Amino acid sequence: MFASDVLVAQNIGFALIALIMVYGALRVVTTSNVVHAALWLVVVLAGAAAQYILLAAEFVAITQVLVYIGAVMVLFLFGTMLTRARIGAESDLNNKNWFFGIPVALALFVALAVALDSGFGSQKMPADAAVATTQEISDQIFGPYLLPFWALSFVLLAAVVGAIVLARRD
Amino acid sequence: MFVNQFLILAAVLFCIGVYGVIARKNAVLVLMSIELILNSVNINLLAFSMRNGSLDGHTFALYIIAIAAAEVGVGLAMVLLMYRNRRSIDLDELSEMKG
Repeated sequence: MFASDVLVAQNIGFALIALIMVYGALRVVTTSNVVHAALWLVVVLAGAAAQYILLAAEFVAITQVLVYIGAVMVLFLFGTMLTRARIGAESDLNNKNWFFGIPVALALFVALAVALDSGFGSQKMPADAAVATTQEISDQIFGPYLLPFWALSFVLLAAVVGAIVLARRD
Repeated sequence: MFVNQFLILAAVLFCIGVYGVIARKNAVLVLMSIELILNSVNINLLAFSMRNGSLDGHTFALYIIAIAAAEVGVGLAMVLLMYRNRRSIDLDELSEMKG
């Protein structure tokens, strides 16, 4: 399976980051403390940013750090503080039927793994993939994908106005 | 690097996120699980982008990040409203629609 042209350093980096991400994700869905879940989610999102760099997507990685770790996590922590009087471990974060999630997730993973294995087998990434520069990505966004960009701008505007209207005291 | 190693990692994260959405009762934790799912999709898009040597996946990933930020903003505003009206953000207590 491991040919001689496998890039060893990249694979070791991938494996380490992937292990940290999976452990962090498991802690997000199993911990009994909402603030700890938010902080474990930071670990997962930072690991995802590192994987993006391995995938030669540095602009997306930087955007991930800025938007997710910078903004979304602050929103989550504010949401936790505004809705929970006490910060600490709680016992009633799960549904009473929470164990149904385990067979569903396992069955979904088996189906995905079989499909991926039969679909992509031992295909390799191109070894000489060029790093995507910010200029090329902006040429994409403001060229062929301009209309989705406009739609996205309206969605963001509507979301901001909607969030203010929903959360306002009147 | 194999294509599949990224796709399998994304599948694992996706399944953990689905488990979180099913198992969690707290609304903020359900939103965090949805973030896990969206991130796994982003890893998939960038892996395919590298495999095909095309930049489309980067654009889609950036758009998904923006949509996820909007979703969290509106979602947390709704959670705040729920808390203000009911003093609780447990999703299984929102059962007025049950016949």
